[in-house]
Amino acid sequence: MIFLLILSFTISAKDTPDDAGGSITINVYNIPEGTEQIELYRLTKGDTLFEEVGLIPIFKGELDDATVTDGVLYLYKATALTPDTVYVAEIKEFASSSPEWFNKSRTSVLLFIALFWVVILVYIQLAKKNPEGLFIRKLPPLEAMDEAVGRATEMGKPVLYVPGIEYITDAGTLASITILAKVGRKVAEYETRIINPHFDPIVMTTAQETLKNAFSEAGRPDAFNKDDVFYLTSEQFGFAAGVDGIMLRERPGAIFLQGYFYAESLILAETGYSIGAIQIAGTNATTQLPFFVAACDYVLLGEEMFAASAYISKEPRLLGSIKGSDLAKSVLLVLIGVGVIFGTFAAIKNVAGNPVYMEIFDRILEFLARTAE
Amino acid sequence: MSISTSIWVWIAALLTLMIYSFLYKENPFYRLAEHIFMGLSIGYSVVILWYNYILPRIYEPLFFPPHQWSLIFPILIGMMTFGIFSEKYNWLIKYPLAVYVAGYAGVQIPLQLQTMILRQAEASFLTPDKFTSLFSSFNALLIFAGLVTTLIYFYFSAKREHGLGGASQVGIIFIMIAFGAAFGYTVMARISLLIGRMQFLLQDWLGIM
Repeated sequence: MIFLLILSFTISAKDTPDDAGGSITINVYNIPEGTEQIELYRLTKGDTLFEEVGLIPIFKGELDDATVTDGVLYLYKATALTPDTVYVAEIKEFASSSPEWFNKSRTSVLLFIALFWVVILVYIQLAKKNPEGLFIRKLPPLEAMDEAVGRATEMGKPVLYVPGIEYITDAGTLASITILAKVGRKVAEYETRIINPHFDPIVMTTAQETLKNAFSEAGRPDAFNKDDVFYLTSEQFGFAAGVDGIMLRERPGAIFLQGYFYAESLILAETGYSIGAIQIAGTNATTQLPFFVAACDYVLLGEEMFAASAYISKEPRLLGSIKGSDLAKSVLLVLIGVGVIFGTFAAIKNVAGNPVYMEIFDRILEFLARTAE
Repeated sequence: MSISTSIWVWIAALLTLMIYSFLYKENPFYRLAEHIFMGLSIGYSVVILWYNYILPRIYEPLFFPPHQWSLIFPILIGMMTFGIFSEKYNWLIKYPLAVYVAGYAGVQIPLQLQTMILRQAEASFLTPDKFTSLFSSFNALLIFAGLVTTLIYFYFSAKREHGLGGASQVGIIFIMIAFGAAFGYTVMARISLLIGRMQFLLQDWLGIM
């Protein structure tokens, strides 16, 4: 076998752009004809021997070496193997990786967030000035909440409130805490009992404070029992088994399943249904909504939970963000419309010659021309 | 038929039956299994927390070379969480929560916006390549109509008057059809779980399969 350093077969190595570091991108150019595989080798500065990194895909001529350490200098060489020759290409200068502060490929995301942020801030200011000016439509499950607590009271049974199995960082859990405050006030007014089991200790503490305030606002601070807000377990099905047990032993008249749920949603909703409780569910976990829709009396679907929490609290920040997200939806619809038009024109250009599309295109042009006249 | 002689298989089988007894009604056997499950799950969580987080991420990096002293700051912020146990210092919890929520939002918002909104919007563009056959044309139009009307359903800050009311009614039909499909799919998955448990009882425990 002959080892040749052919100038035409070259290699380059540079820090992978727009990444969090730990990667160098290797490119090979002018791959010799008949190449069966390209092997990549790396020499760390200070070492004497090259180590094999892997194979560079021939069709791509590029490989990201994601096994490097930031700041360490590396020298690369590639060998292209043909049936009778080995071609070698080597870089002349050491390369190293480093993380980037800004990922340029996400500029559009930044612009969208900035726009969204400005819109929300404007709406928050408007809501602060005139909270009644921002309309949020009333949701049927909200009206049913008072009815559910009333029904439990009439039956002499407690109310069970399950805030899901996510942490306080989840938007659904935060919305659930706002809804808990409303339910808590009603429970205090009706002098009934609320049972509130938890999956996470921090959510439990927040719920304890929320209910304590709700009972105080209703003028019944003495009726609040801290022990009814308790931690069960942080294991998903352990929590489901525990809540099921509570449902069967305590037989609540109303069950609120509000928050983020996973596979335990159907187990909980089914058990609640089996004991005849009125059930009002709400979750931002879209995969679990079908089970709540099937087994509960009322359901807050996804984003409705956030709208509900804004409606209940009348908090300017929540009202502003709901209004802002509605505007974002409108922008999105417009964007989709624009995308349809541009995408269609681009695709028509690509399939020029297809008589069907060309005819449609010609007719649109004719129509536009007539309209312009 | 060869009944298992393993004590662990017997324990697992009996606990399975105790949990299934719930299908009849709440009873002491179910209650026993429920409390064992919950107790074990808490114990398990503590062990996982200790070996997967506290030892490798706090104890070892701090007390063994090369000492990562910079970890002291996040540890101190995290320890403020224990303020909840004190009436006097429970306000301390606001700081770790603020760091946690802000950090999480910072990571998640761009990610969600890119993957769940911008990419989805891009994928919903109607282009002629989606009209290659009668079926694909119908499908593309259906998805587009579903997308637009579903978005309108989740429009909260306008009264459902004029066209919005009708469009949101169509939107909820699309949503319910999607829910029905998801429900059926998950029920199938749950049945496969039941089959797995039955296999365990009949095969591993009783040995009749």
